[in-house]
Amino acid sequence: MKYQPYVDTSPKVSDEIRKTTCYMCACRCGINVHLKDGQVAYIEGNRDHPVNQGVLCAKGSAGIMQVNAPSRLRAPLKRVGPRGSGEFEEISWEDALSLAVSWLKPIRDENPEKLAFFTGRDQSQSFTSFWAQNFGTPNYAAHGGFCSVNMAAAGIYTMGGAFWEFGQPDWDHTKLFMIFGVAEDHDSNPIKMGIGKIKARGAKIIGVNPIRTGYNAVADEWVGITPGTDGLFILSLIHELLKVGKIDLHYLAQYTNAPVLIDAETGLLMRDKEGKLLVMDRLKGEPVPFDQSGVKPDLNGILQRDGKTHHTVFHAMVHRYLSTDYAPEAVSDRVGIPAGRIRAIAAELARVAFEEAFEIDQEWTDFRGEVHSKMTARPVSMHAMRGISAHSNGFQTCRALHVLQILLGTVEVPGGFRFKPPYPKPAEIHPKPHCKVTPGAPLDGPHLGFVHGPEDLALKKDGTPARIDKAFSWENPMSAHGLMHMVISNAYAGDPYKIDTLFMYMANMSWNSSMNTKGVIDMLTDKDESGEYVIPRIIYSDAYSSEMVAYADLILPDTTYLERHDCISLLDRPICEADAAADAIRWPVIEPDRNVRGFQSVLCDLGARLNLRGFVNADGTQKYMDYADYIVNHIRKPGIGPLAGFRGDGTASGRGDVNPEQLDRYIENGGFFVEHVPEEARYYKPWNAAYQDWAVTMGLYDSPQPYLFHLYVEPMRKFQRAAEGHGDRQPPEHLRARIKETLDPLPIWYPPFEEGAVDKELFPLHALTQRPMAMYHSWGTQNAWLRQIHGLNPLYLPSKQMREHGLKDGDWAKVTSAHGNIVVPVAEMAALNENTVWTWNAIGKRKGAWALDENAPEATKGFLLNHLIHELQPPKGDGLRWANSDPVTGQAAWFDLRVRIEKVPPPKGSQPNFAALKSPVGKGPSELKWKVGS
Amino acid sequence: MTELPSRTNRKLGLVIDLDTCVGCHACVISCKGWNTENYGAPLSDQSAYGANPSGTFLNRVHSYEIMPESGGAAQLIHFPKSCLHCEDAPCVTVCPTGASYKRVDDGIVLVNENDCIGCGLCAWACPYGAREMDAAEGVMKKCTLCVDRIYNDNLPEEDRVPACVRTCPAGARHFGDFADPDSNVSRLSAERGGFDLMPEQGTKPVNKYLPPRPKDTMEEVDILAPLLTPIAEEPVGFMAWLDKTLEKI
Repeated sequence: MKYQPYVDTSPKVSDEIRKTTCYMCACRCGINVHLKDGQVAYIEGNRDHPVNQGVLCAKGSAGIMQVNAPSRLRAPLKRVGPRGSGEFEEISWEDALSLAVSWLKPIRDENPEKLAFFTGRDQSQSFTSFWAQNFGTPNYAAHGGFCSVNMAAAGIYTMGGAFWEFGQPDWDHTKLFMIFGVAEDHDSNPIKMGIGKIKARGAKIIGVNPIRTGYNAVADEWVGITPGTDGLFILSLIHELLKVGKIDLHYLAQYTNAPVLIDAETGLLMRDKEGKLLVMDRLKGEPVPFDQSGVKPDLNGILQRDGKTHHTVFHAMVHRYLSTDYAPEAVSDRVGIPAGRIRAIAAELARVAFEEAFEIDQEWTDFRGEVHSKMTARPVSMHAMRGISAHSNGFQTCRALHVLQILLGTVEVPGGFRFKPPYPKPAEIHPKPHCKVTPGAPLDGPHLGFVHGPEDLALKKDGTPARIDKAFSWENPMSAHGLMHMVISNAYAGDPYKIDTLFMYMANMSWNSSMNTKGVIDMLTDKDESGEYVIPRIIYSDAYSSEMVAYADLILPDTTYLERHDCISLLDRPICEADAAADAIRWPVIEPDRNVRGFQSVLCDLGARLNLRGFVNADGTQKYMDYADYIVNHIRKPGIGPLAGFRGDGTASGRGDVNPEQLDRYIENGGFFVEHVPEEARYYKPWNAAYQDWAVTMGLYDSPQPYLFHLYVEPMRKFQRAAEGHGDRQPPEHLRARIKETLDPLPIWYPPFEEGAVDKELFPLHALTQRPMAMYHSWGTQNAWLRQIHGLNPLYLPSKQMREHGLKDGDWAKVTSAHGNIVVPVAEMAALNENTVWTWNAIGKRKGAWALDENAPEATKGFLLNHLIHELQPPKGDGLRWANSDPVTGQAAWFDLRVRIEKVPPPKGSQPNFAALKSPVGKGPSELKWKVGS
Repeated sequence: MTELPSRTNRKLGLVIDLDTCVGCHACVISCKGWNTENYGAPLSDQSAYGANPSGTFLNRVHSYEIMPESGGAAQLIHFPKSCLHCEDAPCVTVCPTGASYKRVDDGIVLVNENDCIGCGLCAWACPYGAREMDAAEGVMKKCTLCVDRIYNDNLPEEDRVPACVRTCPAGARHFGDFADPDSNVSRLSAERGGFDLMPEQGTKPVNKYLPPRPKDTMEEVDILAPLLTPIAEEPVGFMAWLDKTLEKI
C-alpha cells in the first residue's frame, strides 16, 4: 500500500464553550456554543442539561445561521410610508422610546384598556404580564389561545396538569405509548429521545393522526382517524373498557372525584359544612369528607336525603358511557376506524395496563396518612397536542383523553404519565383572571387564570366583555390563555370596544400567525372617515424582518437568542423533568453588532419612563437597569424570584434571598439549575405527602395541596346552571343553548362547528397543517441551512383524491373553503387519511420579507392555508360575530377547516399573490462559505 | 486509478436504525455545522437566500412511502444517507489523482482536498450518490465519519463520535468498529438483521441499516375476544358488578 496522507485528527475545536439555552423553538434545550475569535463556530447539545441531555435537533444546530441571518433588524424604525409599504427610517433608541412614551402615557393616565399588549411566542410571560399588569391594561396575553390552550386547560381542570411542559410519559417504564394529534413538535427533542428509549426496549407505539409522518411514521400502529373525531374515538374506547370492567377501581375510588356525590337537584358536587367534597364511606355507609383518614370511598355510593336520591360521579359516567351511542359499531363510520380495530386498541390498552402491571418497592404515604409499601405500575402512557386541541370540540376531546388515562389509572404511576414540577397543581390554586382598570394605576391582579364559575368572568358592570379578546366572557368562559387571534379583528370591529395602541412582540400577525391573513392586513391598514387608521397605533418588537414589521408604526428591534439575557422560570413555562425541578437562563454569549436591545430590557426602561409602580424605586428612578437586573432582584413573593437556583448565599434552592451573583452561578453550572425530587416522592405526586412537603420547601406551593382528579369538572356545571337561568350573572340569550350543550361537566363529543356551518357535499375534505421538525413557525426560512430542507410546501393529497381529480405531482389545484380560495402545487401522499389534505405550516412567505429574494420558492410556490380560515364562523344571519374558536376556552379552531379541490392550469405562482414588501434590511448574500476563526 | 488497501485494521462505520429514525434532519444539520467549520473547505451554500438555494451536505435524509405487499396502510420510511465507507469502494479506484483513498487504519474513505481536481468521476462511480461537489471550492466533499472528532484529544472521550451520532435525538445512529464482532454495532446489526444497501453493487458497504419492524400487525377483534368479555351491557348490571367487585378490594 502506498503512502496515505496525514490528517490532523485532533484539531482545536474552539477557543471557548459558552453554555446557554436554545431558542430555535419552544423546547428550550441546553446548548454548548463553541466560539472562535469571539464568533459562533459550532453549536451542540449540552449533555448535562435536563431537557435534551446532549442531543440537539436540526433547528438547534442551525442556530449559527440564525445569529448571522441577513434578516436581523439593525436599529429602531419609524414608519414613513403608508402602513404595509415597509418604508421606514432608522431612529435612535432615545427617539424610539420617547415616541412610545408619548403614545402610551396618555393612555395610561386616561384609560389603560386602550392599550392591547400581546406577546406571541414570548418565553418571558411572567415578566411581560407583570409589565402589563403594572401598566393597568386588562388586555394582555401570549399566544396560547391560538396554540394549544384546550390541551393545557383541559389538563389543569381535569388533573392539575397537562402534557409537554406539565408532564411526560414515564419513558423508563412505559410499555405502550399512545399519541393523538402529535405532529413533529411539542415537545421536540424529549419525545424523540423517549421514542428512541422505548423502541430500544421493544415497547409499542400507537399513533392516532390523519397524517402518517414523523412520530406517526415510526409508530407500530397507525390510526388514520378522521379529523375532529378523536373525542368520539376516545369515548368509544372508554365505552369498551367500562363494558369489560377494565378500569382501575381502587385508583378511581382513592384519587379521583368518581366517588363524590352529585346533588340530584343542582348537578353540583355535595360538600360538608367546611366545603369538603362528600363521599359515601363503604364501611360506615354514611357521607364523609373525601380526605378523612381511613375512609373507603364508595364508587356506587347512594345518599337518600330530603326525599332525593344522590348518586356518585362514577354512576353518572357509567350511565353515559355505557350507552350504545358510543359502541364501536356506532362511531366507526364517523371516526373512520373499523369497529374491530377500536376494540383491538381497547383490548391492548387493557392488557398492558392490567396484565403487564408491575410493582416498584418504594414505600410512600398518601394524604390520608395511609402508608403503602409499593408503587403499582399501569404502563400505558399517552401524549397529545394540537391535532386534537385546535378544534371547536377540542376542550371536550382533551378532557375525554384525560378521563381515559384516569380510568386506566395511568396518571402519576410507574409506566404511565408523570407530572413535572411545579405540576401537579390543582386548578383551584391558580390565579383567577383580573380586569379592574384604574387610570394611572396597576390592574387589580394577574390577567390570566382559571375561572370556577360565572362570578370569576372578566365582565364589565353592563355584562359586556372587559377584555378586547373577550376572554373569560360567556363566549368562551374558561379561556385561560386569552384569544390572541381575535385581538386585531375585535379591535377593528370595535367589539367590545376600540383601542388606541396595539403593542405586540414576536407575533407574525399579518402573516402566518393569523387566520384570514388578507382580512387582517386590511384591518391593519384600513382608515376611518377622518383618515386615521382604524387601529390608530401599532408598536412591534421582533428580532427579524418578518411580515408583521411592515404593519407597525414603531419597531423596537430585539436581539437574537445568543445576544441576550432570559430566564426560563418556574413562574412561567417551566423546563422541569418528572424527577426534578429545573430552570435556566440565557446570557449574551456574543454581543450584538447592531443597534438592537433585548425587548425585556426595553420594557424595564419603558416601564420606568411611564412611572409604572413595579419598575421605579421610591424616588422615581429606574428600578431594573435591564432584564438581567430584574431576573436577579425581582421578588414575586417573599423568598421567591424568577430563578429558583443558587439563591441566598448560593446554596438555597426554591426559597431564599436575592443572590447578586446568581447569574454567575448559573453560568458556572452550564446555564441551568436542577433540584431532584426525593425517591419516595417520584410518583402519586398529587396525593403523596413526601412530594407535597418537598413542593412547599421548593416554593412551588405555600402549603400542601392534595386534591382529587376531576373526572367531573364542577365549574362547567356552574356555567350550565347559569345558562339554565340560575344566579345573578346571566349569559346573553343567544349563548344559552350553546353553553348548556358544550359546557357539559363530563366529556362529550359534538361535530366541529364548521361541519355544521358548511355544506359537506360542497366542502368534502378536511384540511390540516403540521409543523415540520426542522422549522419553527416562520423563523426557519431566514436560515440558509433549514430552508434547504423545507423551502417548499406542496399540498399533500391522498392517492384517492389525486386520482379522482386527475392530478399528478407538481400539478396545481384551486383549494376552496367557505371563506376563500388559494391556488397551490400538489403532491401525492398515500399514508394519509383518504378525506384529508395537508401542508407544512408557515413555509409560505410574503415577497420582500425575511431578507429573501423576491423569487424565493417560499414566496413563489409556498403558501399559507391561513387564507382559507376565517377568525369568525360563517355568518348565521343573526348579525353576530361568532368566533371560530372552542366555546369553552376560545382556542382557535384551525383544524375544523373543510375544503374542496379542483385542478387548474399552472399559474405563475401560488395564489393569492401579494405585492412585495420593501425590505428594511436589504437582501442576503448569494453565496455562503461560513468558516470562522483561523 | 487509485488502489484500495487489501485489508484495513478496523472497519469503522454506522448502524442506522430505520425503525427509529423519525426523519428530523438533526443529523443533517449537525453534520453541516461540524464539517463547515472543520475538515477541509467549508460546505458552501449557493443562492443561500435566493430563488434556487443549493448547498453541500454530506448527509441527507430522504423519505419514501411504501405500500406493504400484504396490503394495509401505506408506510413512510425516513432514510438517512451518507457515505457507507465501502470495503470495495468504486469511488476510490476511479480517482485519477489518488485524492480519494481508504484509510488502512480504520477503513474511512476520505478525499485529500489538496489532490482533488474536482473532476467528479468518484461521484459518478458511487452507486449511492453519497458524494457532493462543493460549488464554491470545486472539490469533492463526503462524509469523513468525523475523522477530526473520533480521535480528537481536545474533545471529552464521550464526544469522540461523529457529530450525527452525538446529536441524534432518537438514538437511531450508532458508531463503532464492524471488524470487532463484539462491538456495539456488530451486535446490534446481528440482533436486528442489519442489512447492506444495494449489495448487488458489490461495494461491500461498511455501514449497516436496521430494517423497520413490522407495522400495523394488530388484528381486529370481535366482541368475543378474551380480554373483552363484557361484565355488563347496561348500567344496572354494571353497578351490580361494581358492588360485587368492590367487596373484594
